Amino acid sequence: MTMNALQLLTWVRSTGLNIAIAIFLLGVLWRLFEIYSLGRKKDLSAPRHASGASGLHTVFRRSLPPLGMLKRSPVSYIGGYIFHIGLAIIVFLFAPHILLITNLTGLSWPGLPSQFVDMTAVVTMAAMVVMLADRINKPVKRFISTFEDWFTWAVTFLPVLTGWMAFQHVLLPYTTMLALHILSAEILLVVLPFSKLFHGFTLFGSRWYNGRVNAHKGVPV
Amino acid sequence: MQGPLIDTLARQGITRRTFLKYCTTLASMMALPPMAGRAMAETMAAAKRPSVIWLPFQECTGCTESMTRSHSPTIEGMIFDMISLDYQETLMAAAGFQAEEARQKAMKDNMGKYLLIVDGSIPLGIDGAYSCIGGRSNVDLLKEAAQGAAAIIAVGTCASYGGIPKANPNPTGAVAVSDIIKDKPIVNIPGCPPIPVVMTGVLAHYLTFGSLPDLDDKGRPKAFYGDTIHDRCYRRPFYDQGKFAKTFDDEGARQGWCLFELGCKGPVTHNACATVKWNGGTSWPVESGHGCLGCSEPDFWDGGSFYKALSTPADPLKFVAAASVVGAVAGVGVSVANRAKKGAAKSAHETTTLADLEK
Repeated sequence: MTMNALQLLTWVRSTGLNIAIAIFLLGVLWRLFEIYSLGRKKDLSAPRHASGASGLHTVFRRSLPPLGMLKRSPVSYIGGYIFHIGLAIIVFLFAPHILLITNLTGLSWPGLPSQFVDMTAVVTMAAMVVMLADRINKPVKRFISTFEDWFTWAVTFLPVLTGWMAFQHVLLPYTTMLALHILSAEILLVVLPFSKLFHGFTLFGSRWYNGRVNAHKGVPV
Repeated sequence: MQGPLIDTLARQGITRRTFLKYCTTLASMMALPPMAGRAMAETMAAAKRPSVIWLPFQECTGCTESMTRSHSPTIEGMIFDMISLDYQETLMAAAGFQAEEARQKAMKDNMGKYLLIVDGSIPLGIDGAYSCIGGRSNVDLLKEAAQGAAAIIAVGTCASYGGIPKANPNPTGAVAVSDIIKDKPIVNIPGCPPIPVVMTGVLAHYLTFGSLPDLDDKGRPKAFYGDTIHDRCYRRPFYDQGKFAKTFDDEGARQGWCLFELGCKGPVTHNACATVKWNGGTSWPVESGHGCLGCSEPDFWDGGSFYKALSTPADPLKFVAAASVVGAVAGVGVSVANRAKKGAAKSAHETTTLADLEK
């Protein structure tokens, strides 16, 4: 017998979510342990000191474009900012999403009006599409892109698209779309620990590490 | 405007004007053009009373109660005067062999023309023995009655989709009418119970135009099931503003804020409760302070708790602790292996090549 929309929705809300969160946690813990236990050889040279050279400085500095780069690659920087901030707003400030987090962790905070999140989703998707077009158009970007880049773009884009379509009642009935939205978010959860999307967890650690190593040499990077 | 129905209505104190108004309202509810109201009134007033056979299967009589006691005296009830209800166990005076005879006679006399109304699901377990009438199983009775029917109206969620009898683990093997009958037009009027005006709307449409109204992909009349409860809910602005009642008696609940967090299934439920309301337009579940259960959707009983928000897990998470332990153990295991490899490389004085860095 085929599954109807409500059955699919119930599946993604129970078994699917169960599996996705389990794989997510398994993958995140595995990789964090693995990465942070690697260690590096101790640098025996005497540390040099330079102003602005430290792990913490680098954590923040790497969020800003180096001199001249904003002009050279505006799409990467501006688009990148927009869609990262947009994703954060959508994931952490939409009331039904907060409710899920509260249900799973007990933490709660106030959300934003749904129309604002709706608008944010449109802007976020626009930024992601522009960045994809840029990746396709710029020969260098295209050359260094691998399957993983295209794949992770799609896996990130789909939950936003399906969530927005569910909210706007586009194409499919709400129940079906909501089920697909949750399913796509679950795929994202499964893929995240094992792809470059893991930067969400390692980003600041690796920046701090690079900053720290270079600070030892007296180089503010 | 003349006819047997008008006379009957007049005797019961319902004026021609009231009847016309009712038909116009019905027409507008079904999104029919303004002229349709008058056409409906005229046709129904003069209607020849088509034969209707109402078969009850695995049901609780709630659907019948909903139709007959919606509000009293009821125009919905009066509509039953324009049909010849030849068999309805709850309402008919006859019983036993007389009742069965009435059914057989109605079927024979109106072969190919009568309307078949079904409420309740049909059990298929142990050859249908879970529910029998006059010694015959429901599935047997349904197949027989469906043969000569012009159309079938499945009233209530049980007849439409299996309903509560079909809920997991479905001990009786309950199925919907549409699971058994494939060669007749079927209109589903789900709801637990369904809204009376939807039932009369479908009947009025059939009597006026001789056809069934437009149906959605689940066999429901689009006019009544086209929108979700959520989209038509008067509490919707609070959802959009992010104002939610957290408990059934907090300040938010008193202010009429959205019941989403209390498990309301309005966003995934198609029905007309929010616009038509219940008890003669008095109120409806969400207005009385309880979230929508989603009773007009297939398998609503197995859609997770009625009191859990749609965006939250339907069941408690099971593998979190196990997955965390496995993940941590795997991470530590790989770490140990990596360290051993590093130690071995160090003692063997291996050098790092450019190729190593490209890995």
